[in-house]
Amino acid sequence: MEPVILSCAELSTREINAALAALPDGACARVLEPGGRHNLAVGLSNRIRVDIEGHAGYYIGGLGQGPDVVVSGFVGWSVGENLMAGSVRVKGNASECAGASSHGGTIVIEGDASSRAGISLKGGTLLVAGNVGHMGGFMAQAGVMLIGGDAGDALGDSLYEAVIYVAGKIASLGSDARMEELTEADVQVVQALADLGGFDHVQPENVTRVASARSLYNFDALKDQKY
Amino acid sequence: MCGLIGLHLKNPSLQPRLGELLTQMLEAMTTRGPDSAGIAFYADHPDHPHHPPAIAGREQDQDLRYSLRSDEIIDWDLLAKRIAAETGRDVRVEPLAAESAVFGSDAGEASFLAAARRIAPQVSVPGYGRSMVVVKDVGAPKAICTRYGIPSWGGYQGIGHTRMATESAVTTAHSHPFAPAADLALVHNGSFSNYATIRGRLARQGTRFDTDNDSEVAARLVAARMAEGADLEEALRTVLKEMDGFFTLLVTTRTQFAVVRDSFACKPAVIAETGDYVAMASEYHALAGLPGITGARVFEPMPEEIHVWSR
Repeated sequence: MEPVILSCAELSTREINAALAALPDGACARVLEPGGRHNLAVGLSNRIRVDIEGHAGYYIGGLGQGPDVVVSGFVGWSVGENLMAGSVRVKGNASECAGASSHGGTIVIEGDASSRAGISLKGGTLLVAGNVGHMGGFMAQAGVMLIGGDAGDALGDSLYEAVIYVAGKIASLGSDARMEELTEADVQVVQALADLGGFDHVQPENVTRVASARSLYNFDALKDQKY
Repeated sequence: MCGLIGLHLKNPSLQPRLGELLTQMLEAMTTRGPDSAGIAFYADHPDHPHHPPAIAGREQDQDLRYSLRSDEIIDWDLLAKRIAAETGRDVRVEPLAAESAVFGSDAGEASFLAAARRIAPQVSVPGYGRSMVVVKDVGAPKAICTRYGIPSWGGYQGIGHTRMATESAVTTAHSHPFAPAADLALVHNGSFSNYATIRGRLARQGTRFDTDNDSEVAARLVAARMAEGADLEEALRTVLKEMDGFFTLLVTTRTQFAVVRDSFACKPAVIAETGDYVAMASEYHALAGLPGITGARVFEPMPEEIHVWSR
């Protein structure tokens, strides 16, 4: 089937998203001249492929439950925010809060991601080929992150049950985050994640596993004996 | 939420298009700040027809140019005559829009500003300097630019702001840029939490404030540090050290263009640099229409990094 062509130069964001939502499963669409437009391919539940050809703005592919969205450029804040299922792949860099609160599906950043990547992750998978900025995985509750490059300061601050694998250096860990021993099961998971992302440069047996020390899970009323 | 934009031209052949490009960037940031907007505009040769209002027949190097504004109807020629009489110096006028004019005078800033304040307390001076004209107003960014004729202005750098007020009232005086010293302008996205403390300290040291706005405090802190001899980068380091809150700041002097973000980098900033210009905006789509943007190096400034470009 020929892809449907939708140009941001001619259509409003609402018109583009309505046109995408009306496509049958299996269809393809090309979104042209995005020019940093926000909210493209948001809230879709059909099994379609959307190619955004250029740089895009905030919330690209957010709330998706089915489509595969590919951006051939970089994106602004919160790409794949609250993703439920399906995928978002960014061929350039992503700004802050990539994959924020995503419940499922896969977000792949082929370049770098800025600060707070994977913030409040709730079960989604976030794969970053390059580096991430500060506070990656902040308060992430479930799901997994693979960072193919280096991580900035305060990685995994206030982590819950999400796990972060880092192939490069970690500038510093956040509160209650700790490095853990890499098991054989971890290596298999990382290999699968690297294959999913298409990351040839990640050596699964050499990554660092970061998870919660769980020391903040319970309030210690007798701490410092002040009460 | 607010929108920031700025353009610092390296290639002089782009200068005639500065106003057009800034207007298009500011319009793109309307979604981040529909309340009010403003621009600080820098040009070398105010007598050139493509440059902001010329003060006819003046040797610009002797003069400071003052951007004046009033919500009431003002007879600008009469005001100029009265300031000239009071200061004993020549004062010339170029009307800008109904509620605004640019005055040129060699009276010296302290003397001119004191005379203007005494004679016409209802008139504000949003900015002044050798190269800078400041326009700010309440309303939609594009409408403001059109009303003042900004798309036809040429110059070498400019910064702009679209405002969605959170900390203080929606008035022209509270809108950005804040330009508290000659050729110095600041625009801010974010909010300062300890501004009352800093403001009190500066006020005790003799700094006069026009508004209760938090961003004005940052602008006056930069001006105070520079008056003590600090350069722009040192002054911005003082802001990082002393001011608590969320901020992306874009600050310009007659020769410099600087960007800084707070330690959490909660407020967005995108910089695009080519051989022809440095451009900054809160969001990429304000940069998307710039010439040669596809070949630009586009990046986000990191927390607490101070980026400065000089001409």
